[in-house]
Amino acid sequence: MSTDAKTLSPRAVTWARRRQATRRAWDAYRVQRSGMVGLVLLGAIVLLAIAAPLLVSPADLSVTQATGGRMDPPSAGFPLGTDTNGRSVLALVLWGSRLSLVIGLTATVVAIVIGTLLGLTSGYYGGWYGWFTLRFSDWFMVLPSLVVAIALLAVMGRSVVTTIVVIAIVSWSGTTRLVRAQTLTVKSRPYLERARALGAGDWHQMTKHLLPNVLPLVLASATLLVPSAILMESTLAWLGLGDPTVISWGSILNEASNQGAVSARAWWYLLPPGLAILLVVLSFMMCGRALEAVFNPRLRGESS
Amino acid sequence: MTDSPSSGDEASQGNPAVRHKRAAGPSGRISSGFARYVLKHAGGAAVSLLLVLFSSFFIFRLVGGDPIDQLTSERPVSPEQRAAMRAELGLDKPMWNQFTDYITGTLTGDLGESFQYRRPILELMLERLPATLLLSGTGMVLAVALGFWIGARSGWKPGSRFDRTQVGTSLLLYSTPTFWLGMIIILVFARYLRLFPVNGMRSSSTPPELWPQALDIAHHLVLPVLTYTAVVYAGYLLVMRSSILDEVGADYLTTARAKGLRDDDVRRKHAVPNALLPSVTLVFLALGNVVNGSIVTEAVFSWPGLGSMFVHAIFYPDRPVLQALFVLFSASTIIAVFCAEILYWFIDPRIRRSS
Repeated sequence: MSTDAKTLSPRAVTWARRRQATRRAWDAYRVQRSGMVGLVLLGAIVLLAIAAPLLVSPADLSVTQATGGRMDPPSAGFPLGTDTNGRSVLALVLWGSRLSLVIGLTATVVAIVIGTLLGLTSGYYGGWYGWFTLRFSDWFMVLPSLVVAIALLAVMGRSVVTTIVVIAIVSWSGTTRLVRAQTLTVKSRPYLERARALGAGDWHQMTKHLLPNVLPLVLASATLLVPSAILMESTLAWLGLGDPTVISWGSILNEASNQGAVSARAWWYLLPPGLAILLVVLSFMMCGRALEAVFNPRLRGESS
Repeated sequence: MTDSPSSGDEASQGNPAVRHKRAAGPSGRISSGFARYVLKHAGGAAVSLLLVLFSSFFIFRLVGGDPIDQLTSERPVSPEQRAAMRAELGLDKPMWNQFTDYITGTLTGDLGESFQYRRPILELMLERLPATLLLSGTGMVLAVALGFWIGARSGWKPGSRFDRTQVGTSLLLYSTPTFWLGMIIILVFARYLRLFPVNGMRSSSTPPELWPQALDIAHHLVLPVLTYTAVVYAGYLLVMRSSILDEVGADYLTTARAKGLRDDDVRRKHAVPNALLPSVTLVFLALGNVVNGSIVTEAVFSWPGLGSMFVHAIFYPDRPVLQALFVLFSASTIIAVFCAEILYWFIDPRIRRSS
């Protein structure tokens, strides 16, 4: 590195270092089998969700243009049978992946952005502001998230946007704590004192020194937030609090419950959406645990 | 759990038995410290509870819009009828008076009246509380026992076949949506195998004597408890497993082995008691879930508890019931966390030394 520094600009040195760090992280990630399995599964699911418009036509999803009977068992025309309206369950599940993934990812991104902003500023500025944000996130963390989500959705009305907002509201607090703790650790290191002595302002310190140090941990915790956001979305949709005009795995199962699919023993109608949720959540969990092991050395060798 | 002490560095302080004795300490000095500690945390809990109360009013009365609109959305009503309903529900008063009425009412145990049943909410809650406590209490005891037992064995031999299958299974169940697991369990055990009732807590055909009734309720309880336990136990397993992992290499375990103890005894009598601290804290933190953790399970099985009362209230919409249950559910976790903090004083000597 020291020889590079003579010939390269500071920016190039930084990027070379970051590339190296990424490669090291990837090497530590790659050796974890469950993490790789999760990554491959996730890649396949995302591809299917992106390709869904090619595989499923709008007519397959329309209640009025359905061609099958009411809850028909699997057949050649309908590999996974039909729902109460005669639509193909396979088409519904393929289409539902889009909404479940979009809501899970968007809600997580919103939650992570709020959490990182609050945590970073809280740890950096400290004082009464730091105290207040810490207490506030503590308070949020204690509240039962499903109860808060149900209460908020019940008064805010049902749409994709309110679902995302509500899930973000109940999930930002953990990230705030995590980022705040990491910020406090990094802040006390000598190189930040050096940066301050050289005249670095608040903005420079936060964006150039603190944020890059916090981001890997945030990434790992975000990967573990997505599955809980997806589970939360499907639970809310199953309870009937989802957007009534769109198809998600939770809303398919909501319809199935309301139309008595369990008493009709329509296993082909019940199994696929639930297994799809399970698969996505499990893949995110496997990736998240592997990432956590990469960035949190205390756990290394422990995760299976 | 990040700031819970890792038991690894405790172990190096020496024999665990000595540590426990020191923990008992001279009582005179401790009591003033204890009083300060309790007061500090009680103050925090009280502020949290008040915040819940304020935010419940804010969410349901200010964000939620006019309750009369929601109550009358299905049928046409004249302005006079609306005014009469408004007066009856106390909605004609200024917002500030409604707010103070609500706060003083809730603090004195008057939670208002349900729109749906036209009865005091407190009465409705007390009727439904036993069913919830029965379901989630049983489920929680089973989940803790199962999670701790498997977790301790799993962490004792990390990477073994037992460890891998157990951690894999618990992660799988942890990733399963509760409502779907419940539906599949009903499908298999109640619809196909016909071993258990589909839903509810009692059958109308059961004779009213004590024993037949108790057996009938137990029969109805099996599937909901199975669902609840299956989803919840993984958390306890993973915490117990990682606390045991922290202990595995400790010197006092080598000493215990050197004394000639069998492996099982080393685990049970030496490693597990030291690994209990974070796990027991988790149990206390989760005590609030005994009241609010079974919402989804109750909804799947139409179990007549507080959770299904909450879900039914969404769609009526029965705003006073939603509001009261929101406060109750949130308060139960706040109080559980407070209890966990108090418990910490007794089981973690370092807190006593620092205050």
